[in-house]
Amino acid sequence: MNTVKLVAVFAENRPGQVARITEVLARANINIRCIIVASTGNCGIMKVLVNNPDLACRSLKDAGFAATQTDVVAVEMPDKPGALHSVAQCLATYDINLCNTSGFAANDRAILVLEVEDPAQAGEVLKKHGLHVLTQEETLAI
Amino acid sequence: MERPALEALQLKRLRETVRRLERVPFYRGKLAAAKLTPDTINCAADLRRLPFTTASDLRENYPDGLLAVPREEVLRLHTSSGTTGKPKALFFSRRDVDNAAELIARAFCMTGVTRRDVFQNMMTYGLFTGGLVMHYGAEKVGCMVIPSGPGTSERQLMLMQDFGTTVVHITPSYAFYFADFLEKRGINPRKDLSLRKAFVGAEPYTEETRRKIEAALGIDVYNSYGLTEMNGPGVAFECEGKCGMHLWEDSYVLEIINPATGATLDDGQTGELVLTSVNREAMPLLRYRTRDLTSIIPEPCACGRTHRRIQRIAGRSDDMLIVRGVNIFPQQIERVLMAIPQVGRNYLIQLEGLDEMTIKVELSPATFDGQVGHLTQLQNEVVEKLRAELFVRPSVELVAPGSLPVAEGKAKRVIDKRSL
Repeated sequence: MNTVKLVAVFAENRPGQVARITEVLARANINIRCIIVASTGNCGIMKVLVNNPDLACRSLKDAGFAATQTDVVAVEMPDKPGALHSVAQCLATYDINLCNTSGFAANDRAILVLEVEDPAQAGEVLKKHGLHVLTQEETLAI
Repeated sequence: MERPALEALQLKRLRETVRRLERVPFYRGKLAAAKLTPDTINCAADLRRLPFTTASDLRENYPDGLLAVPREEVLRLHTSSGTTGKPKALFFSRRDVDNAAELIARAFCMTGVTRRDVFQNMMTYGLFTGGLVMHYGAEKVGCMVIPSGPGTSERQLMLMQDFGTTVVHITPSYAFYFADFLEKRGINPRKDLSLRKAFVGAEPYTEETRRKIEAALGIDVYNSYGLTEMNGPGVAFECEGKCGMHLWEDSYVLEIINPATGATLDDGQTGELVLTSVNREAMPLLRYRTRDLTSIIPEPCACGRTHRRIQRIAGRSDDMLIVRGVNIFPQQIERVLMAIPQVGRNYLIQLEGLDEMTIKVELSPATFDGQVGHLTQLQNEVVEKLRAELFVRPSVELVAPGSLPVAEGKAKRVIDKRSL
């Protein structure tokens, strides 16, 4: 099943921390296509969709960051009212919990990024529902 | 050496020490009041009739009030590190320099170090005993000694690679920092370096920290104990059993006391270590309160050595924090933290406001999985485990790996800004 790799990096919840991370990525000539920050109390995790996740992850680790790659599902939806609802309804039917959800619309396309326990299973369910689950390349090409 | 012979040697040296100290005004009156002379002292326990010698006695008698030999007999001066005001000065005669080296050499041989080893001493040289005293001991064994001092990690690595260092002397916090540095440089110490052993000391640390350093560097870590007032390093060392440190009883009389009452405690009970140096010429000390907390391991060691062992130092009696009326030693916190795999290598204890304790804990990059939920879980786990150990509930903040200050000398783990 198609999944998309995000680079996840630990950051403290205080001014300047995102800049420390983006500085490393900029130096490695990494293009960031999507950014998600989830925080909990004094710390959090920043996740980025980038053109070269392996290089991004390695650069961050070399700079001393706690970084890893996580698999998420990127699904394309029609850019119209009710589209998100239909995806959410479908996942609910199969009892799939959304740990983190984000999305973006660009170039007349709407993409939903889903972080779930089992990305492969979620991908299958969405595919069965007639939705297009994007590959890493397709996602980056938007 | 069999126990009776060891005790006889210790007593003989104690008598010589008492004779020497009868010339020192500070001790003359105390010995007379306790009716102790070289001829009347019959066993080490007779020392208990004397008052303790404390760090403030050393400061009050600075610079040379406790000197027991004529000034021209003194070969070297060392001073204590890390305290404010006047340091504690300690003099060495030629024989003291040699005996101190002998005790280090013993410890090296005990862990299998030979003249074929290359010893890199990464401790500060100069007034701190961790540099020169250890250096002389390694030379006595016949190792090739690289007196690198703390220096930069780049240079340490270059020396290790170019000269095939097999043994290092390092503080626990610098060992962690250096392991981190190697990792970032893509160097696998197991394959790329010849390191086999490390003598880790100068700061108290826990068994968990030992295991982490051993795993990170792929070496055997031996604990060592010493203090400037007693020669510096080499007072007690671990054998290959790595189970407590043999304290050289031919050179020191050890006692464990209750730090609050001064009463002598039985073997096995934890209290403050009190030492009498019986094989020093220039400045022997009687019943010196080390402020270090430990206990005597009464059982004989499997290695067969008869010098009794002391436990890993559990803390310093003056390091103790009192938070919300509860006594807490920083080592208790370290023990809890280092047993949690998701916790990285450094931490900081902050006390603020009216008794608020916050512990900053570095996250381990190796176990990071990108799940926010797991961060919350980890934070709760650390809080709960600390609460169970300390009986005080601290706040815990997870911080980025490498974000807390690392000392290349002694680490400062506690910042007390309380407005009490």
